[in-house]
Amino acid sequence: MSKLRLLFVKEAQASYISHLDLLRTIQRAFPRTELEIRHSQGYHPHPIISIVLPLPVGQSSDCELLDFEVTQTTDGSGIAEKLNTGMPCGLRVLDCYEAKRPVRELVYLRADLELEYDNGVAIDAAQQLTELFGREQLIIQKRTKRKEMADVDIAPMIQSVSLDQDEHTVRGTVVVQAQNPGLNPQLLERAIANYLPELMPDFTRVRRREFLDADGNIFR
Amino acid sequence: MDKRLERILPRVQKPARYVGGEYNAVIKNKAEVDTRVAFCFPDTYEIGMSNLGMRILYGVMNNMPGVWCERVFAPWGDMEEEMRKADIPLFALESGDPITDFDIIAFSVGYEMAFPAILNMLDLAKVPLHAAERKELTPLVIAGGTAMYNAEPLADFIDLVSLGEGEEITEELIELHRQARRECWSKEAFLKAAAKLDGIYVPSLYDIKYHDDGTIEEIIPLDGAPIQVTKRIVRDMDKSYFPVKTIVPSTEIVQDRVMLELFRGCIRGCRFCQAGYVYRPVRNRSRDLCAQYGVESCNDSGYQEMTLSSLSTSDYPELIQLCDQLEDFCAQRHVNLSLPSLRADNFSMSLMQRLAKGRKTGLTFAPEAGTQRLRDVINKNVTEEDLLQSCATAFAGGYSAVKLYFMLGLPSETDEDVLGIADIAARVMHTWRESATNKNRGVRITVSTSWFVPKPHTAFQWEPQISKEEYERRVALLREAIKTKTVTYNWHDSDTSFLEAVLARGDRRLGKVLETAWRKGAKLDAWEEYFSLERWMEAFEECGIDPHFYANRQRVRGEVMPWAMISSGVSDGYLWREREKAFAAETTPDCRTHCNGCGANRLVGGKCDV
Repeated sequence: MSKLRLLFVKEAQASYISHLDLLRTIQRAFPRTELEIRHSQGYHPHPIISIVLPLPVGQSSDCELLDFEVTQTTDGSGIAEKLNTGMPCGLRVLDCYEAKRPVRELVYLRADLELEYDNGVAIDAAQQLTELFGREQLIIQKRTKRKEMADVDIAPMIQSVSLDQDEHTVRGTVVVQAQNPGLNPQLLERAIANYLPELMPDFTRVRRREFLDADGNIFR
Repeated sequence: MDKRLERILPRVQKPARYVGGEYNAVIKNKAEVDTRVAFCFPDTYEIGMSNLGMRILYGVMNNMPGVWCERVFAPWGDMEEEMRKADIPLFALESGDPITDFDIIAFSVGYEMAFPAILNMLDLAKVPLHAAERKELTPLVIAGGTAMYNAEPLADFIDLVSLGEGEEITEELIELHRQARRECWSKEAFLKAAAKLDGIYVPSLYDIKYHDDGTIEEIIPLDGAPIQVTKRIVRDMDKSYFPVKTIVPSTEIVQDRVMLELFRGCIRGCRFCQAGYVYRPVRNRSRDLCAQYGVESCNDSGYQEMTLSSLSTSDYPELIQLCDQLEDFCAQRHVNLSLPSLRADNFSMSLMQRLAKGRKTGLTFAPEAGTQRLRDVINKNVTEEDLLQSCATAFAGGYSAVKLYFMLGLPSETDEDVLGIADIAARVMHTWRESATNKNRGVRITVSTSWFVPKPHTAFQWEPQISKEEYERRVALLREAIKTKTVTYNWHDSDTSFLEAVLARGDRRLGKVLETAWRKGAKLDAWEEYFSLERWMEAFEECGIDPHFYANRQRVRGEVMPWAMISSGVSDGYLWREREKAFAAETTPDCRTHCNGCGANRLVGGKCDV
């Protein structure tokens, strides 16, 4: 038995595949590998396979991780190539290796942010937004697990922000808390709506770049 | 990806339906393509991608050099609204290009309730609705599929209909269209030439004359169009294309599994069943080839479920042997075999043991009618003993749920027949008590009834649909008669079945009703969320057309049917003989036992493969 981890890209059309559909899609590619996914014991056995940090539908990522267990003993070499022969556009497995680091060591995620302004960007938008995201407190409304709206302060979940701008776009990199609780970078838009509504973008694009551990090193 | 599309996708339900890019979707180099085909399914992605015929023709067309066939589905309401707001025309999934300038726009039409979606999709594509408004060779709007055995309600909107199985005729038609474009023919010249191809029906080449009472006096073919167009079929299933490498959707669809087609046609001859008549004659695919396609399909797609699909799969001559041949592969790859429907008279222990070995939930049987007399009328040829025996087999084998399908409103049905349905349910319950191996799990028996819709090209094409009031009375009667709590009774909503009965046997005067209803908002009318009978009744009223003329009128022998220019290969005389036998409650043997001379054998040169 081996515990393996996939590192994969999810982009373009594939960014619209939902979490459950993604699991199904990847599972269908597994017969190409001759690996047998381990199933849980019990009356309704289910495959032991999980996505480390599900990506919101519509976002892209270069660093998705999927953990699974197989009945065979393997270090995962050669698996990525075989899986890629059965993938839809926009899903690409970069690597398959033994899952050594526990998921709890994943603390931050670094993402690219693109804020589009169809009528042009205000002169000091990037600066104003950088200041906004650096505030002591940023209250947004978020749906709770009980489906009620609640006020949440996202300021403590923002680690760093660096933004730049050109004619129609403010773009840059943000590092936010990844879990317990995590911050979906898309929600920074809500902080703009609350505090700087005049700088509300027409569209926000998010792309995950890297998962980081507590020391800011890459988590794989 | 189109930036406007990227903006709206986050706001719609299940956006993966609208982006393409699935495994095995065909992408071609536009520089090497001279024929762009938009293959449209007038329903949602989940329904359309579950259609095997569409997958076959997608493969056939894309195997043609220079032809790029792409898929188009009807957007759900939220997506349609966003597309219209952002001014995004209907686009093809593979390229993302608007289909407005495609060479051919082809609709696969399986059921009448999809008619409004066709109009809506043409409008979303910014293509003029009426065939007469489209003066150029492109886009050519064509249609095929089971509902096109009576295409008359769509006659104003489509340029031509391809009848029957499309594997061969589609290629011939595309070649002719290519030649016409190359040689700059007029659209009229092309349509006249197309009408000379076997299996192509061009509605504009037929003039319809009516009697004062509204029935048809005469159908006049123009410009050398044939008096009758006969459907096309694939003669040899072993030589016909099967899509082993087929698109694997990245989002869940209705038939999310390998669909392995074992044979076409049906030996049974149920008198109400349009598919049973129009897919004749029976043609089997050989067992080795089925097994090979099954293995290759599972290997390529990665699916772990395979359905052995046909109109009546348990009639495949070597079904048990095929299951055994696939057994090792299925065990090793954890593939479950399933059958879409079971006949109550040949469901055996040996077959059951070969199906879904793991979870045994429910089985479905369709006795269709509650008494032997009425089952003889419809030629269902299943006895109550057969059904109870099959249920006993299932219960003994560990199944704990049975679904039973019936129709209400079949010709000659009496209250006794309706109450017979409740009796059958009670006897199935009794059978469970006697034969269940594990009574602790309890049993669920579900009785479902639909409202019978008489269809063209069947023995019941002359019969009226019973009135809504009468249908509802019979539902109430049956509901009263079903007493036990273990039996759940579901009945089909009556409004859609009434409209289906109107459209199914409609003529081309319904075109304006269809258009009016669409302008009032009809679009995805196969969906309860969108269907409104009120809207349709207003449309009938405004157009001065009585829907009951189509749904509830008894036709007489010799009346010219609106679809008289279309032949499924089965002769009219045969249908009438079957009708007469129905009213005498006389059965007709299945065509493996005895050839009954329906006429479809001429399509395979004399002898059927039964």
